[in-house]
Amino acid sequence: MSKEVQKEKSMILQKEMIEGLFNDLSTAKETGKKVCYTFVPGNLSELIRTFDMLPVYPEINALQSAMRKKSAAYIKEAERHAHSEDVCTYVKCDVGMMMKGNIGPTGQVIPEPDILLLSYTGCFTFMKWFETLKREYPNAKVIMIHTPYQENGRITPEMLEYMIEQLKVEVIPQMEAVTGIKFDEGKLKRILALSKEAEDWITKIFDTTKNKPSPIDAYFAGVYYIGPINIGFRGTQEAVEYYKELYSEIQERVRLGLGPITPEGEMKEEKYRLVVEGPPNWTNFREFWKIFYDMGAVIVASSYTKVGGVYDLGWRHDPDRPLESLAEYCMNCYTNMNIPQRIDLLSKYIRDYDADGYITNSIKSCNSFSAGQLAMMREIEDRMEVPVGFIESDLVDPRYFSYSNIKNRLESYFQMLEQRKIIHSTEKVLAHE
Amino acid sequence: MAKSLQKVNCAEKSKKLVIARMNNINVIIQTCKELSFDLDFNYAKQWKSAKEGRVIVGYLPIYFPREIIHAAGGIAVGIFGGGDRKQIVKGDAYYQSYICHIPRSVIELALDKQLDHFDGFIFPSICDVIRNLSGIFKQKGIGKFVKYMDFPQNFLPEIGGVYYQQEMLHILQYMKEINGVEVTTERLNHAIQLYNRNRQLIKFMYDIRQEYPWRLSIEDVYHIIRAGTVMPVEEHNELLEQVCEHIQNDIGKPQDKVKVVVSGAFCEQPAVGLIKAIEEAGCYVVDDDYMLGSRMILGDIDDSTDKPLEAIANAYIRQSQYSSSIYDVNDPKEFRLAQIVKDRGAAGVIFASASFCDPSLLDAPIFQNAFNKMGIRYIAFQYSENINQFKVIKEQVGAFSDSIKLWEDEPAELLVQMTQ
Repeated sequence: MSKEVQKEKSMILQKEMIEGLFNDLSTAKETGKKVCYTFVPGNLSELIRTFDMLPVYPEINALQSAMRKKSAAYIKEAERHAHSEDVCTYVKCDVGMMMKGNIGPTGQVIPEPDILLLSYTGCFTFMKWFETLKREYPNAKVIMIHTPYQENGRITPEMLEYMIEQLKVEVIPQMEAVTGIKFDEGKLKRILALSKEAEDWITKIFDTTKNKPSPIDAYFAGVYYIGPINIGFRGTQEAVEYYKELYSEIQERVRLGLGPITPEGEMKEEKYRLVVEGPPNWTNFREFWKIFYDMGAVIVASSYTKVGGVYDLGWRHDPDRPLESLAEYCMNCYTNMNIPQRIDLLSKYIRDYDADGYITNSIKSCNSFSAGQLAMMREIEDRMEVPVGFIESDLVDPRYFSYSNIKNRLESYFQMLEQRKIIHSTEKVLAHE
Repeated sequence: MAKSLQKVNCAEKSKKLVIARMNNINVIIQTCKELSFDLDFNYAKQWKSAKEGRVIVGYLPIYFPREIIHAAGGIAVGIFGGGDRKQIVKGDAYYQSYICHIPRSVIELALDKQLDHFDGFIFPSICDVIRNLSGIFKQKGIGKFVKYMDFPQNFLPEIGGVYYQQEMLHILQYMKEINGVEVTTERLNHAIQLYNRNRQLIKFMYDIRQEYPWRLSIEDVYHIIRAGTVMPVEEHNELLEQVCEHIQNDIGKPQDKVKVVVSGAFCEQPAVGLIKAIEEAGCYVVDDDYMLGSRMILGDIDDSTDKPLEAIANAYIRQSQYSSSIYDVNDPKEFRLAQIVKDRGAAGVIFASASFCDPSLLDAPIFQNAFNKMGIRYIAFQYSENINQFKVIKEQVGAFSDSIKLWEDEPAELLVQMTQ
């Protein structure tokens, strides 16, 4: 395998898009663009774009900091200021980064927010996070939109109405006040049409893992694929073009019968097909991924890539129902689904993508994902009769990534999968005889 | 008063209900102690079995409008975990080591069938852990209904208030499916009246303690309030009336202790030994958030409207105590707590957070940074409901108390200004 990271055209396109955004952010104060901090789950990118604002995603900054090995220092800085060791490390990384000058992943300063758009979707910590940031940025306007949880496994008319009213009465008027731009529904509709197009493409992309071998890794590479759709490019022609290009590259891999591209080149043999629940570890992302591809394990579906929207269940932004569709989007994100819904979705993935096993990566500082994962795992094991595995790490705190522990556990797990394959093939032979 | 209480109990024909025999404060306190930590919830179960159509609805911290369950012919019973009275065997298999303790003891109670007489369960929106616990209850089919109650984080009565009313109607529909009771305006207003009285009496108890904390220990206060979450409000009110009457007398002797406020222990409860240890270590706890739900609404809810659900919703929106689970940007919590410190004449704050409690721990820097600027003294520690070794904490609290008593003649400058 080549040690060089292979760059495909889609990768270059994505890099250009992200660099463009950070360039725009670095000059926002000069160009007069308003800056809106918000979160990935339930992000109202289309609305932000309708008001010509530039988005900043603190959790994306945090994970980028971790990948650049800067998160440890940021976390320590936050802990020096009374932040507990036991809470979300995204929050601490973000706060620490702010305390140390708010230098973003491209080395440019990220401007202070004009708006803190708190689309409170699927994660309680988001609320505390922006309460904290409000104290740090007293001049920023905090706009809260409370997204009701799908506690009963569905969106009720009351939930929808509640959100639409918040959009109409609270969110939009406050955005108008801060930006000085009048809300243009026609513009929002045009943006939503492009969102829908990008959502169609990304659904097709994640569906290609039905092929054997799977042409992509839907977790480790998947986190790159969801970048543009989750961090402010949804609703742009650029995003549509990116996903078209990506799909075409993947289709070519399918045609050639190739497996996923890894940081060390193409994965030659697909031995195990897995479904993963939970976010990845970002501090040791490459090492973490390597354990899998070295063992011939490919992730065919993951819940983490659905935090910004579960499009594979058929839902799309709808330009004919602009506010309804924004409301539904927020409520449809993965972590806003209840535990039985999550179990059903993961079981569906195991079935639809013909997975050999199911792994939980339990993240210490993310209770939204982690609380309940053990019960989910047991239910999935019973229901789907696949071997399940469990590992623990953290989002961006390197103190909680233990390479040898994780490797040992995964090696044992892969041995179990291997054993099971042998038993199955023996049973098949015996049945045939 | 005692006669009317006896009447209630006679009507219930529940021999084990012992409140009628509470002829002195010690009996009341002892009974409350037992009821608070009866993890089989026998009192509520006996209440239910005494009459056809009665319903038990369990609710987790922090707050739940118990009035609506009362109006629907039920009793809302607080489930505050197993404390240090429940050995966890199965619960640990449900939760990773880095998740707080209360969900594992609650699931343990359910798996051990100690919640079998409960008809439904309410999981108020406190944090992601309690939210996801509601999903586990749903998945396991525990109870006739499981409701994650999404309290509004929008505080406009016409938006958040309306949504809150819909959430309450959802619960009332579940209740009706169980016992067929159609809730009326009269029933709701009557329930509101009873709980208003309950809150008034609890407030009175705290107000007396503010001046005379030696008359009733915080441990006793805790047991008395917690017992109210497992018994009918009518009986609790009777009991509180007696306690309030008693503590108006000049009883006990003041000790050389400093007045403090405890904050952060609103969900998973500290072991009683810890609650006791804080006072033993040299403090009088003149306010706290241990049983915040019973004190969440400040003042009365209007009990005379023809829209009682709206009255309950508006009271939550307009007159709630601050809480780590309520979005606070328009009403910052650090100033709310500072006001409590001022009003109670406290010399400092003890931040007690359950280990791994997101709401409490994420608020810690907000409080502490603000209090550093305001000059309000504080200490902070963490606990777990099942830990009953408090030596280190007791030493920490003792040092805190001593530092105020011995080395500072006057409270911090700003606090003096605030308390004047």
